[in-house]
Amino acid sequence: MDIKGRIHSIETLGAVDGPGLRLVVFLQGCHLRCLYCHNPDSWATNRGKIIGAKELAYKIKEYGPYIKHGGVTLSGGEPLLQPEFSAELLKWCKKFGFHTACDTAGSVPLEKAIKVLSQTDLVLLDIKDLDEKDSKTLCGMSPQREIDILNYCEHVNKDVWIRHVLLPKYTLKQSKLEKLADFVKNFSCVKRVELLPFHKMGEYKWKELNIPYHLADIPAPSEEEIKSALEIFRSRGINVD
Amino acid sequence: MEFNRGNWCSEIDVRDFIVLNYTPYDGDESFLRSPSKKTINLWNVVKDLLEQERKAGGVLSIDTKTVSNIDAFEPGYIDKDNESIVGLQTSKPLERAIMPYGGIRMVRSSLAAYNKQMDPTVEEIFKHRKTHNDGVFDVYTAEMKRARHYGIITGLPDAYGRGRIIGDYRRVALYGVDRIIESKILALQNIGIDSMTEDDIRQREEISEQIRALKALKSMASRYGFDISVPARDTKQAIQWLYFAYLAAIKDQNGAAMSLGRVSTFLDIYAQRDLDEGVYTEEEIQEFVDHFVMKLRLVKFLRTPAYDELFSGDPTWVTESLGGVCVDGRHMVTKMSYRFLHTLSNLGPAPEPNLTILWSENLPQNFKLYVSSVSINTSSIQYENDDVMRVKLGDDYAIACCVSPMKIGKQMQFFGARCNLAKALLYALNGGKDEIYGDQVAPETVPVGDGRLEFDDVMKKYNHILDWLAKLYINTLNVIHYMHDKYCYEKIQMALHDDVITRTMAGGVAGLSVVADSLSAIKYADVYPIRNDDGLIVDFKIEGDYPKFGNNDDRVDQIAVDIEKDFLTRLNQHKAYRQSRPTMSILTITSNVVYGKKTGSTPDGRKAGVPFAPGANPMHGRDTNGSIASMKSVAKLPFNYAEDGISYTFSIVPEALGKTEKDKKENLANLLDGYFADTGHHININVINKEVLIDAMDHPEKYPQLTIRVSGYAVNFIKLTREQQLDVINRTFHSRF
Repeated sequence: MDIKGRIHSIETLGAVDGPGLRLVVFLQGCHLRCLYCHNPDSWATNRGKIIGAKELAYKIKEYGPYIKHGGVTLSGGEPLLQPEFSAELLKWCKKFGFHTACDTAGSVPLEKAIKVLSQTDLVLLDIKDLDEKDSKTLCGMSPQREIDILNYCEHVNKDVWIRHVLLPKYTLKQSKLEKLADFVKNFSCVKRVELLPFHKMGEYKWKELNIPYHLADIPAPSEEEIKSALEIFRSRGINVD
Repeated sequence: MEFNRGNWCSEIDVRDFIVLNYTPYDGDESFLRSPSKKTINLWNVVKDLLEQERKAGGVLSIDTKTVSNIDAFEPGYIDKDNESIVGLQTSKPLERAIMPYGGIRMVRSSLAAYNKQMDPTVEEIFKHRKTHNDGVFDVYTAEMKRARHYGIITGLPDAYGRGRIIGDYRRVALYGVDRIIESKILALQNIGIDSMTEDDIRQREEISEQIRALKALKSMASRYGFDISVPARDTKQAIQWLYFAYLAAIKDQNGAAMSLGRVSTFLDIYAQRDLDEGVYTEEEIQEFVDHFVMKLRLVKFLRTPAYDELFSGDPTWVTESLGGVCVDGRHMVTKMSYRFLHTLSNLGPAPEPNLTILWSENLPQNFKLYVSSVSINTSSIQYENDDVMRVKLGDDYAIACCVSPMKIGKQMQFFGARCNLAKALLYALNGGKDEIYGDQVAPETVPVGDGRLEFDDVMKKYNHILDWLAKLYINTLNVIHYMHDKYCYEKIQMALHDDVITRTMAGGVAGLSVVADSLSAIKYADVYPIRNDDGLIVDFKIEGDYPKFGNNDDRVDQIAVDIEKDFLTRLNQHKAYRQSRPTMSILTITSNVVYGKKTGSTPDGRKAGVPFAPGANPMHGRDTNGSIASMKSVAKLPFNYAEDGISYTFSIVPEALGKTEKDKKENLANLLDGYFADTGHHININVINKEVLIDAMDHPEKYPQLTIRVSGYAVNFIKLTREQQLDVINRTFHSRF
């Protein structure tokens, strides 16, 4: 029996979601409601296209010539919301010799996430905001589950890239960034930190879905702001870009 | 130091010389040198001239008095003291020549477009001298004229030079002109010995023309102060000799595409020897190459605005093929391959010469990364699959025009532009009537009924129309090429060919993805015709969804493959002029817009007048699984049935290729490795810069796949609002995603 799951879409040319050229599977469904989400059409858990994990893996196999030096990344949505499907899909991808990555906000309890993480060569872990209250404002969730997953990865020695969105007036603050940098520098599993400047490229989707968008007046970070954010991490010896 | 000797010493065999003497280069680009002072000075003059030409509305000046020919003009210079390589098409840089043998009418209308008058003496001469265009229209049937007028067959070279012929310009450098003349005289002695047939008579006349052209070439060079009757002695001479030979060709012919061939690895043999012996330094050799390339950037022809509409941007297709792998297994990348590409840095990006990388899995990794970075920085180069072409063509072929490979000096094409397969489908539905004018263009057949279009019925009718079209197409091309040989023979280019050559009749198709999607819609969705008051089908109602080309979905991709195979098979059923073998390209250049303009609404939902996708590209906005899925669909189209090339254009923003410069070039190199391992034939790589994005705002149809991946998700650039597009444009160049 092939395990079925819901996917939002496939991007066959992914070059910024993990190392090398990657095929990115965007899974359907996410419980978070991040203010800056550029992909709100992937929230609903009852939408998307239903497909079997093995069936999809065989489809992915056709892309071998392109992604053999890169791999496969699951993104979303939240791939951990469909743990059986995600784990099965990654298992097949690994069987075909592909490097695997999982791009997650860590929004599920650790015990549910483990079976997916064990099939993943690299975890792209999105940390929204380490502050309990601010994190809830930003995405509706406490940061504890993210931290649990990070601790687990440290424990089992699994490579992690931390991703963090620089959102002016919210996360783009010196004190917050310093706190985050101090926090992640203690983890030897963290190989890289990616700071993602906020952008409004997904705004049209909010309009299409008739969801009120609250960040219309927030500007994108300036080059100067991005530079100094990077410097906070760099000065602590963290591999950041 | 002597070159290694072999068969090339006893007969004309440039490939043998190359294989015995070239030095593969595995290193990186660090040996390359910046432009010399002379180069900077000279390039400034050229840039200024080009700017003046732009300001003058596209044409700086025209010599209206001199009928262009190999030796018709006084020597011309840009800035004599600074020029390492000399020679211009006319006596002044950027002055355009009149070349009436292809068609006096075209010259007259070109002059009129720029408010010039034909010189009375020239007018008088061409009252008595027939041209190619006159000959063609003497013979065209009413049916041929109709097909041309309604645009089911478009872009035919019946009023201008056909191009797609590459002289082996290297022969002049390696052997000197006298040795080539000798071989031609020898060839003459062996033709028509027994019975003097029509073929023999024609061939004897052509070879006599060739010998005359070779003498004119020598004379032209001697006016510049060079004796090219003997072989070139060093790098500078080799480039100069070779350029004179090419220059003779572009003085003689206003061909649609005047490609250079595959000269860099040949030239490297001289350069390597000169470096070893201390004759020239790396700086000097780069200077010769820079100056040569500058000359190639100045190649211009006088053309009409109507021509520009088909092939916009004043293209000349001075295509130079770089890289590839030798049949003995060694790659053919040399330092000269790098030096040619380095002109894009020393002189800045430019569309010409049309630098084409013959890609193989076995190219050295350093070179793969270097060309990828050149693509990222300039968007100026294209790639073709050497691993696929080498099987058919060996290791001494080159690309003519955009994408069409041919063996150098051994093969020529009868260029045939293309026919519009999407329009043909509409003819099939309308019983042979034109969907825009309602006139009966194809033979009358039974049109489809009013209900849902049935796939089998449509295919039956379509096959019928394609039979008619294929036959008419080959017959029309026969007329054109008979007359071109007769009135506008490429004497100097053919002088640099073997005496016995292969000829192909180069057909072409446009609208492949429109047809594939239309047939897929008819098969998998419910498509109903909508008729006007006269009963003519002018639009379609589509209910339900259908698989679309460009998503790696076999249900529709196979339809595209079948159409391709089927049409070549049909072309093969007809007798082509001069025992040529019909071949095909899936290529539109920029004419996909004009084809779209002349084609009514199609069953895939494309509205009347909307441009086709370029070449073999999927229709824009219909490929929803990302670019590699799109590449995989295109790569399924078999090269064996479209040997003249399957053109695919890919555009990406730099940010979407990866985060760091190193990531970007590695990812692009891996992408190319993947596409070509997948047997894709050709790819244009656009790593989009500011100018292109601005263009994309006004012409979204040209950038169907322009993707910006921003922090984890992709957006299609053309779907953004104008404001956001401006935002991206401003941000892309000043900050990072």
